[in-house]
This record gives sequence, structure tokens and C-alpha cells, in this order.
Amino acid sequence: MNLALLVLDTPTLVHLSPVDMVIIVLYFALVLGIGLYLKEQANTGEDFFMAGREMTAWVAGLAFLSANLGSLELMGWAGNSYKYGILAAHWYWIGAIPAMLFLALVMMPFYYVCKTHSVPGYLKLRFGPDSQALSSISFAFMTVLMSGINMYAMAVVMRVVLGWDINFSILVSSVTVAIYVALGGLRSAIFNEVLQFFLIWAGALLIPILGLIEAGGWTGLKAKILANLTEQHVANPGAYTHAWSTLGNFSDNPMGINWVGIVFGLGAVISMGYWTTDFLVVQRVLSAKDLRSAKLAPIIGAAFKMMVPFIVILPGLLGLALLRDPHTGSLLRLVPADLAWSSAGQAQGLHGYDEVLPLMLARYCGPGLLGLGITALIAGFMSGMAGNVSAFTTVWTYDIYGALINKNATDEGKVRMGRWVTVIGVGISIGTAYLVMHAQSIMDYVQALFSFFIAPLFGTVILGMLWKRATKAGGFWGLLAGTLSSIGMYTWGKLDPTAVKYLALSDKAQDQAQNMFRALWCWLICVIVTVVVSLLTKPKTDAELKDLVYGLTPIPKTEHVSIFQSPIFWGVVVAVAFVILQIIFW
Amino acid sequence: MKAGSHLSIWFFTGLCLGMNGALIFLRGIYETMYPPVEKVVLYDLHANVWWGAVLLILGVFFSLRFSPARERARSESQSKS
Repeated sequence: MNLALLVLDTPTLVHLSPVDMVIIVLYFALVLGIGLYLKEQANTGEDFFMAGREMTAWVAGLAFLSANLGSLELMGWAGNSYKYGILAAHWYWIGAIPAMLFLALVMMPFYYVCKTHSVPGYLKLRFGPDSQALSSISFAFMTVLMSGINMYAMAVVMRVVLGWDINFSILVSSVTVAIYVALGGLRSAIFNEVLQFFLIWAGALLIPILGLIEAGGWTGLKAKILANLTEQHVANPGAYTHAWSTLGNFSDNPMGINWVGIVFGLGAVISMGYWTTDFLVVQRVLSAKDLRSAKLAPIIGAAFKMMVPFIVILPGLLGLALLRDPHTGSLLRLVPADLAWSSAGQAQGLHGYDEVLPLMLARYCGPGLLGLGITALIAGFMSGMAGNVSAFTTVWTYDIYGALINKNATDEGKVRMGRWVTVIGVGISIGTAYLVMHAQSIMDYVQALFSFFIAPLFGTVILGMLWKRATKAGGFWGLLAGTLSSIGMYTWGKLDPTAVKYLALSDKAQDQAQNMFRALWCWLICVIVTVVVSLLTKPKTDAELKDLVYGLTPIPKTEHVSIFQSPIFWGVVVAVAFVILQIIFW
Repeated sequence: MKAGSHLSIWFFTGLCLGMNGALIFLRGIYETMYPPVEKVVLYDLHANVWWGAVLLILGVFFSLRFSPARERARSESQSKS
């Protein structure tokens, strides 16, 4: 088959110049070069799966954040900010910052002191092998799905911007990730995540800078959004630029959610679950060289996380204000992905919500900058893929293979298994990438997955860490009940759309609101079942719970450091900045 | 972070930013001399020139600050002390 026909299957949004191509090729060469370079330093299990536990706070913190800066952040949330307005920023603020600080200051000592390789590994120590098996299997399932989402999102960018065939893009990205993670393990993934962090900022920061100049600053941007949405007869146009003031009622904001869903569903359950028990991100912090670094790493991540809306949410809002049809000059209205991808949508030249970031990139970035912007997007997607694959590899090797299949596996055997599972995990991810194509919006799909697995897991882990009376049976049955109830509620909502008025407390609740409330309910079910079953069963002795539960874990004293090196000091600084942001964008 | 006693991640970061910055900066200079027919929005701000310069400076700083030679010297002085 002619290679050009294979690669170019649709009209392109932009045309890359030779300098753009050089930048993209240089990035792939560097990524692969790092993988080859690090291969010699990934010989033991500790090296391959935990990066030797020698990362500084900065490296672990940037990797912690960067592992989450995949397609979800870049395209999914830019698309959601176009769709829902500044409400999408809650997923970066209340949906991240309190949880990251909680991980740093409260939970990290337990993970670090017990020297676990994974979150399911902690569950084994605290609740036994049944809970470990349940959480590791559900986590493995989730990570390969998430990896597929990143793969799909990258393929969409390549299709929209460059016109590349989606199959070709999936092949290129998956082979690259498979090579560099299989060679260098977690260390290679972390190296590339730090690299990708800088690339993402370097490539994406120009969009909000130039966009704000064009729009006339934040005030001009708000005025333009209001005028455009009013012209299009959109309900509550002012709600697109206010983060809190429209959350009193479901019908007052474009997301169809209220403050209860945001504060309790997102802030207290989904966010806490994701940032404190999702092994994908926790693994980065566990690689820190000492406890103080492990506590500082999430705080450093939180500081940068607060700023990510500048390169993700703002471009979506700028799209609402500035994007116009180049031919007619009329307002350009983005549509759901399934409509944009339909033959009718293609014939009309429609674009999906998730395409807003590439559209803004093409608007401001000429040759060179365009190549950097595309590289930043690719870097984000590869980061998401690699993060999921490396976490999947660790959980599979230690918590499924090592715990259930071959309990006598040697360290060398585990590294060998890790390399093979990396390749297999990428293969499964390719399959899931094709599943995602049928989802209306990338993020809606991801939030559904979080509520299946993450919310109940958080209930189990937090009770395990803070309540010594929680028993082995309580942990297992609580986790199982939470997971099954979440899947059950999701299925009920799909089969009977009227169920939304019970599941999300309002028939006006939209997809995101349903996910938040479903997470809240399944977390509550998990906690209630765990508590009830624990009270009916025999607890472990204090000696058995040493180093696993609050009150029974002697926290190592950190060396005497100045206030500017203290995790608590920086935690307070980040918390204050977080509150100020909420007030500014209220 | 270093990979054992080898190259620092910050060195790789510097290489990446420096190379990209140089390419973008040079392309920006070329465009000021030979303006393209199809211009992006806000072309007159010449973002590729100043943004490329910023990245180049950052890249040079990281590459020099964490160069293999300096890292080696630092680890040797640490092992002596």
C-alpha cells in the first residue's frame, strides 16, 4: 500500500513545515534514546518498578503531575471548558488540590513506611490477599482502558491537525511507548514525564498568552463569551465564566450540577480517591528518595496543578469567544464528537469539542511553534499512556502474577515479566483505543471509570489507614459492594434514563453530575458495608497493624530543616493560593 | 535526579528545550525576512522569535548547569567530603 495513502486519510487542519517535522522527529528520537540509555539501569525489581526509590522531590512531584497530564488534561478538559465553561476548572482546583495536600501530609507516611510496591500491595498488608486481588484486577482493567483513551486522543489530534490515519497514529505512539517503558521501566517513564512536563508548558503556554491579547484580557474575554452565547441563545451565558456562583441549582449552569456534587462527589470522593489511591500517580511519589521528599512531591505537584487551567481551561474559553468560521466569518460552534465524526458532520466541516485546543493552536502558531505545540500534545498523550502502562506493569507483576500465579518468582523473573507485560499492556490498550471511539466525550467516559473503581477503593484505603477496627472481611466486602453498586447504578442509568432523578437528585443532572453523585453513593455504600461487616467480625491485633494504621505507625522524624524546606509550610502556601483562586473566579 | 551516577534528567530537558528553541527562533528570524503569504492570527507579534529565544536561553541554562562534566565534578566533591 502506498505509505502516503495510509498516512493521509483526511483533509488537514494545518500543514506542517519541514521545521515542524524536525521538531517532532527530534522528540521521538530523544524519547527512544532515553529508553535505550536507561536500559542498563533497570536490572532489579526495585529499579524497574520503583525507579530505585531515589527521586528528588522535584522529579517525583513533576512526574506525579505529569502522569496525569495526558489527553484528559490537554484535549478532554479544553473541550469540556468549551462545553461547560469555567466549571471545568473545578477538576483542577477543588477536584485536585485538597486531595494532593491530604496525600502529602496525611497518607504518604503510611505508604512510605510500609514500603509497599503498590496500593493493592498496601491492601494486602492491611486487609489480606482477597482485597489485594480485587483491587489489583480492577486497577489493571482501568489502566489499560485509560491507556487506550490516551492513544485514541493522540490519534484524534493527528487526524484533525495532520490528517493522519487513526490506525497509523495508534501504531506509532504505542510502539514508541512500548519500547521506552519496556527498556527503562518506571525510571524511563519518569524521565519522559519530566521532559513532557516542560514540553507541554513550552508548547501550550503561547495559546492563552496570545489569546488573552487578542480578546482584550480577562474582562474582554468574558464580554465576548457573553455576547457570543447570547447571540446563540444559550441559557445562562454568564455561568460560563463563574466557578461557584451558579452552583446553587442544577438548572443554573451548563454542567447541570450543584455544589453538593462538586464539593462532596468531586472534591471529597472522586478527587480524594484518584489522587490518594490511584496507583498511577501514587507510584511516582513512592519513588521518592526519603519521606520528606515523598511529602513534598505532591505539594510541588499541587502548586503546578493549580496553574494548569491556564493552558487547558483558558484555551477552551478562548475558543468560545474567538473561534469563527474562516469562510463565512460567523461564529464557529463546536459540536459533540459523534456528530462531528458522522458523515454529515464531516461533509459540513464540523469540529468536536475535543478539537478546540488544536484549533486554537493552528490559530496562533506558525511553523516551528506549531511543531512544538503538536509535540507538546503528543508528549501529553504519550505521558498518559506510559504512566498507565508502567503502573499496570507493576500491579500485574507484584499483585497478580507474584501474588496469585507464581508466588516464588525471583526478582530477575519479575523484571523479565515486567518487560513482557509492558508490551502486552500496550497491545491491550490498542484494543481499548477503538472502544473509546464510540464515547460521546472522552472525559465523560473517564469519569464513569473513576466512579466504578476509584471511589470505593478510596473508602477502603482511608478506613484501613485511619480506623484500626476495620477488619479483613470488612475491607473486602466493602470494596466489592462499592464497586458493584457503582457499576449497577451506571447500568441502571443507561437502561432507564429517568433514573437520573434518583441517582443524581435531579432530572436536570447531566453526565458529569451523574458521575459525581454515583461516586458519592458508591463510596458511602463501601464505607457503610466496611463498618458494619468490621463490627461483626474479629479485628487484627495492634501488633499486626503496626506500620499500617494511624496511631500504630511510628512516623520517622524528619531531619531538622528550615521552614522553607518544610512540607507543612508549603502545604499551607498552596492551600492559601487555592482559596484565593476560588474567590477571584467565584 | 540522576540516573545512578550518569546523566541528569535536567540535562535532557535542557537539550530538548534548547534544540527546539533554536529551531523556532531561527525560523522566526527567517519569517521576519521573508514573511509568509498565509499568516497566523497576531503574526505581527512575532511570537516565534521571542518564544524561541526564551526556550533557547532556558535550554542552554539547563544544559550547562547539569552538564555531565559538572555533574561528575559535583559527585566527586561529594564523595571526597
